[in-house]
Amino acid sequence: MLLTRTASSVLRAAAAAGAHARRSRLLSTLAVLEHKEGKLLPQSLPVITAATKLGDSVTALLAGTDAASVAAQVAKLNGVSKILTVSNGAYDKNLAENFAPMLQENIKAGGFTHVVAAHSAFGKNIMPRLSALLDVQQISDVTEIQDESTFVRPIYAGNAIATVKSSDAIKVFTIRGTAFPAAEEGSGSAAVEESSVDPKADSTTTWVSENLAKSERPDLGTATRVVSGGRGLKDKDNFDKLMPPLADALGAAIGASRAAVDSGFADNSLQVGQTGKVVAPQLYLAVGISGAIQHLAGMKDSKVIAAINKDADAPIFQVADVGLVADLFTAVPELTEKLNEK
Amino acid sequence: MTSLRILVPVKRVIDYAVKPRVNAAQTGVETAGVKMSMNPFDELSLEEAVRLRERHPNTVTDILAFSAGPPKAQDTLRTAMAMGADRALLAETDAELEPLAVAKLLQQVVGDEDRNLVILGKQSIDGDAGQTGQMLAGLLGWGQATQASGVKLGEGGTVTVTKEVDGGEEVLEVKLPMVVTADLRLNEPRYASLPNIMKAKKKPLVKKAVADFGVDVASRLQTVKVVEPAPRKGGGKVEDVGGLVARLKELGAL
Repeated sequence: MLLTRTASSVLRAAAAAGAHARRSRLLSTLAVLEHKEGKLLPQSLPVITAATKLGDSVTALLAGTDAASVAAQVAKLNGVSKILTVSNGAYDKNLAENFAPMLQENIKAGGFTHVVAAHSAFGKNIMPRLSALLDVQQISDVTEIQDESTFVRPIYAGNAIATVKSSDAIKVFTIRGTAFPAAEEGSGSAAVEESSVDPKADSTTTWVSENLAKSERPDLGTATRVVSGGRGLKDKDNFDKLMPPLADALGAAIGASRAAVDSGFADNSLQVGQTGKVVAPQLYLAVGISGAIQHLAGMKDSKVIAAINKDADAPIFQVADVGLVADLFTAVPELTEKLNEK
Repeated sequence: MTSLRILVPVKRVIDYAVKPRVNAAQTGVETAGVKMSMNPFDELSLEEAVRLRERHPNTVTDILAFSAGPPKAQDTLRTAMAMGADRALLAETDAELEPLAVAKLLQQVVGDEDRNLVILGKQSIDGDAGQTGQMLAGLLGWGQATQASGVKLGEGGTVTVTKEVDGGEEVLEVKLPMVVTADLRLNEPRYASLPNIMKAKKKPLVKKAVADFGVDVASRLQTVKVVEPAPRKGGGKVEDVGGLVARLKELGAL
């Protein structure tokens, strides 16, 4: 009797393992997208592209009051096969305490093998909490997907590039937006489905307020162009006089070196480098920045680096695709003027 | 306000001013003979714990510093005590622990040591994962406030946290117990004074083996290889602003 029971439980286990192996061969990816004020946010577009690298089935998830209207925008994007919406105002403020359990339950219900979001403030906040709930080791800030379990990511502020292979049943990862092209609008017509899975977990956290920069200037972390100022600007007045017009002429975000931040020329939030923001725009223009390794760590993955510095031996010229040895106090206004002429 | 019993996890990492070199076997970064320091973001979280006590001396009853790592991580814990932690706990291991494993160790420490506030750095500057605090909050089922630039104790066991988000800041009110992760703007860490360094030598430091925590710390990720990033080559210089604009157009940057 005992033997029979053991044998049958072994058989059951084997059958379950077989079913699991078959399922896991079919990859299905959940792309967790961000939206605000009824619009899909730009950092979500490369998330869709990254998700498509894993196979054909990409389900996008949108949560919050506006989920259904944003889903209509997402449906047109190439690569999305299905959209799950969780239309509940509880998710409007993206609080990890209720968002992560909601994702966990939807992942379980949908049998997803991969879950991806942007390595943005949203993704950084929610995805690790989700990973812990799923008991998986998340892979952060992925720049390349080699296969279904192998991912490439920078470590040591980009001074080393690690390739890692995950043994977890579900792969949870965040992607570096600048490493994947944005998904484009095409002939897509993904089906939209309201998810019936909403655990409505309590949150001990209450959203109070937000204070977002009103500037029309793009956000430093996601900007396609960045102009950055350093110690060479000499003081805050010069920084404020020269940098914003140049940034506006280029449609660029403004950054700063640690020296400029420490000297009070610019706000901390503008710092580019190892302890500040890591950026990888199409164009990075360094003005009056010598190019210390800590600064290079934050911008050396930029597509094109340009530098203006009066010291011809400044280390920045060793990495700059184009360098101009000149006094920035004459070169920057001249450059701003030339750019505005166009 | 109930008493605050703070846990500050700290990590020993390669000093931020050192340029890391990939080892010859391409299995990781060379650490032998390299200057090590406390992770800069952990200095911020420790500083915040100490400032909380300075502002609320009767509320903050105890600050415990914790590290998981090699025996040398004791130095980092001594630094933490010189900055103001009361005592320290080291989970010794020579293995490289992943954030999930560290979060599980911390979950045990929170239970064993009856903590109700954990302040971590937002990320370590070696692994750059930025996960441990959020994972810990998830495992404990506690509230979380990440990338904090301001922390204020409120009424009735709540903490008001200003956090850095893309393009600005956000304010959250979180009920204790909770997890906070520190961002760069939170504060300016103090230097440990010589008298405090001397005093820190007498503060209690308990060492335990990682195995004693009864937590599964096995790696989930296998490092296939670690390489240096492709070096950039400078593209030469131009004569004037006109040349700069022309070259940027050629490169497709304008």
